[in-house]
Amino acid sequence: MATTEIVLKEKQVQQIKDICKQFNNESGELINVLHKTQSLFGYLPSEVQVVIAQELNMSLAKVFGVVTFYSYFTMTPRGEHPIDVCMGTACYVRGAEKVLEEFKRQLKIEVGETTLDGKFSINSLRCVGACGLAPVVIVGDKTYGAVTSADVKNILKEYENK
Amino acid sequence: MELIKVTIDNKVVEVEKGTTILGAAKKVNVDIPTLCHFKLHDMNIENKPGGCRICVVEVDGRKNLAPACATDCTEGMVIKSHSVRVINARKTVMELILSDHPFECLVCAKSGTCDLQSLAQQLGIRKIHFEGKKSSYRLDTSPSIIREMNKCIMCRRCEMMCNKVQTVGALSAINRGFDSVVSTAFEMNLKNSTCTYCGQCVSVCPTGALTEVDDTARIIRALADPSKTVIVQTAPAVRVALGEEFGMEPGTIVTGKMVAALRRIGFDQVFDTDFAADLTIMEEGSELLNRLGKHLAGDKTVKLPMLTSCCPAWVNFFEKQFPDMLDIPSTAKSPQQMFGAIAKTYLADKMGIKREDLVVVSVMPCLAKKYEAQRDEFKTNGNPDVDFSISTRELAHLIKQTIRDFDSLPDEDFDRPMGESTGAGVIFGTTGGVIEAAVRSAYELHTHKKLPRLNFEELRGLEGIREATIDFDGLPIKIGIAHGLGNARKLLEDIRAGRSHFHAIEIMSCPGGCIGGGGQPLHHGHSSIIKARQAAIYKEDAGKAIRKSHENPDIIKLYDEFLGTPLGEKSHHLLHTEYFNRKK
Repeated sequence: MATTEIVLKEKQVQQIKDICKQFNNESGELINVLHKTQSLFGYLPSEVQVVIAQELNMSLAKVFGVVTFYSYFTMTPRGEHPIDVCMGTACYVRGAEKVLEEFKRQLKIEVGETTLDGKFSINSLRCVGACGLAPVVIVGDKTYGAVTSADVKNILKEYENK
Repeated sequence: MELIKVTIDNKVVEVEKGTTILGAAKKVNVDIPTLCHFKLHDMNIENKPGGCRICVVEVDGRKNLAPACATDCTEGMVIKSHSVRVINARKTVMELILSDHPFECLVCAKSGTCDLQSLAQQLGIRKIHFEGKKSSYRLDTSPSIIREMNKCIMCRRCEMMCNKVQTVGALSAINRGFDSVVSTAFEMNLKNSTCTYCGQCVSVCPTGALTEVDDTARIIRALADPSKTVIVQTAPAVRVALGEEFGMEPGTIVTGKMVAALRRIGFDQVFDTDFAADLTIMEEGSELLNRLGKHLAGDKTVKLPMLTSCCPAWVNFFEKQFPDMLDIPSTAKSPQQMFGAIAKTYLADKMGIKREDLVVVSVMPCLAKKYEAQRDEFKTNGNPDVDFSISTRELAHLIKQTIRDFDSLPDEDFDRPMGESTGAGVIFGTTGGVIEAAVRSAYELHTHKKLPRLNFEELRGLEGIREATIDFDGLPIKIGIAHGLGNARKLLEDIRAGRSHFHAIEIMSCPGGCIGGGGQPLHHGHSSIIKARQAAIYKEDAGKAIRKSHENPDIIKLYDEFLGTPLGEKSHHLLHTEYFNRKK
């Protein structure tokens, strides 16, 4: 998986170590550690995973395996305004795929990618538990319901100058 | 122990609670096909992710089919192992697996020994009714192992071996759904990962996804070059397994036929790694006595226990995972490398040729030996001490390419001087053998008394970790033995924590030692094969006229004519090495 090479600052390494310590450096807490670390850094670059593997005393391949298994975890920095399109059953049958295609077309990126200016990223999720609002799109903290592909342009416009 | 009764194909069987349907079926000789499931009986090695669904059976009163490998029997269960529904389901499952598999059987390295191929035949698959996306992964080559993940069926046997048994942690399942595959961290090349090249992943892979680097073509080219003298050395574990590739019973000893075959293939001289194993004992045994003497005299700079160092995957393991303990293993090179170092100096001089014109080939039960032969510290001016290392499987291919009737070859003897060996050299091929060989010599060198016995049963067996105390004429020597890197890790962690009470520890990476090596004929999960090879090793030892390394006449001559004394200056230069921190 392509990932931007970064060098972690000492302080950042310490932050990761502290998170691991909160979970007693237990390998069984890997998902919680990854969750917390991603909320701190916004994503999980390989350098971060190396520290986590060391701290939890588990293989790097396993950590990478878990990071790539769960769609919530990402190895590329997410955009300032991350767009999550729900592709759960209800959203899917009500046209979520078309909505997703429209986001991809407008932003010229694929799922899992971030626009060059770092503003937007697209992710697809499986069911956010708001099936009554299907199809659902979440941008940052804001939820949009009954979205159609025609709405995509206006949604993006909201964030243009933010 | 609670017993329960189940009925399989109208046969009633009583089994212990907790037995799987597959286990119960075995008891009444009902054959349920499996693919992802893998078990080495008595060796605590099992893979049952229940993922492939080939072993499904029909259970009365249950709506869906049950995977036999991952479903426990319950009281009164009635099972049908080959109803129409079951057979159709298995065929469908197989076709779905094959729909994402390259049809390269004719040119695949695993053809003929492939579990997937033989199962497809067994199930009578003649057409794939599904057409869909095909996986596409780049080929990953390393000095020892090739990963061709387009052929991976996600049985995860390799992942189990790498993580549970070996605790190497190079491989893991990554991604999900169609994209899931077994890979390294960040999909890096195997050679940059924590891989030790033990090859246990290769030895359990049911398809051609994991194979060894094939060096046979390079050897054929070297043999055809008139400017080169090509010699070969064969490791002890090869002679007790090679016969399997030619349909012989496991445990058949084919030493003589192997030598004859190698001569007919065109090797100028056929030698024995066992000779170098005897040499290893001279150096390693002397080192142990030296360290022991200093330690007992109170020298705090000398560390004990001393660990053996002849297993190349083990060396890779501690260089990558225990770089703080590089001063604990013996500095003695492995027999393969000792052979190369002596061949390209002593022997080349005797033969009157330059080292560049001498090609040294080794036949090993091992894939890590390929990497070992390529290490920079084992080269002189870029010329390696061992030019090519091939596995037992590759030797079988080489023989099949050149000779038609291996079975009817006469028994021939190794050439001298580097073909003379003792029973101590032979037992290097099994777990417990190196330390037994070391004890046989170290005892006599230390006590200057004749050993009262030659067989040390307390050092033998297949338990993952064993220990024994050997009385060196009043001095109790505590010995530890581990095979499988997961077991080695336990002993290493004990040493690191100061809990170890051993003087010497033997470590071999592969379950069973070299007899179960990553380059051996595939055992397909039959631990009886590994046991038969082990019995053959001890039989070969028992049949040898000389069974102590220090009594090998050609070894004595080598020290007289060339090396001087064990641990002497020349020995130090040619037969010892150093270790490097390779942690990334």
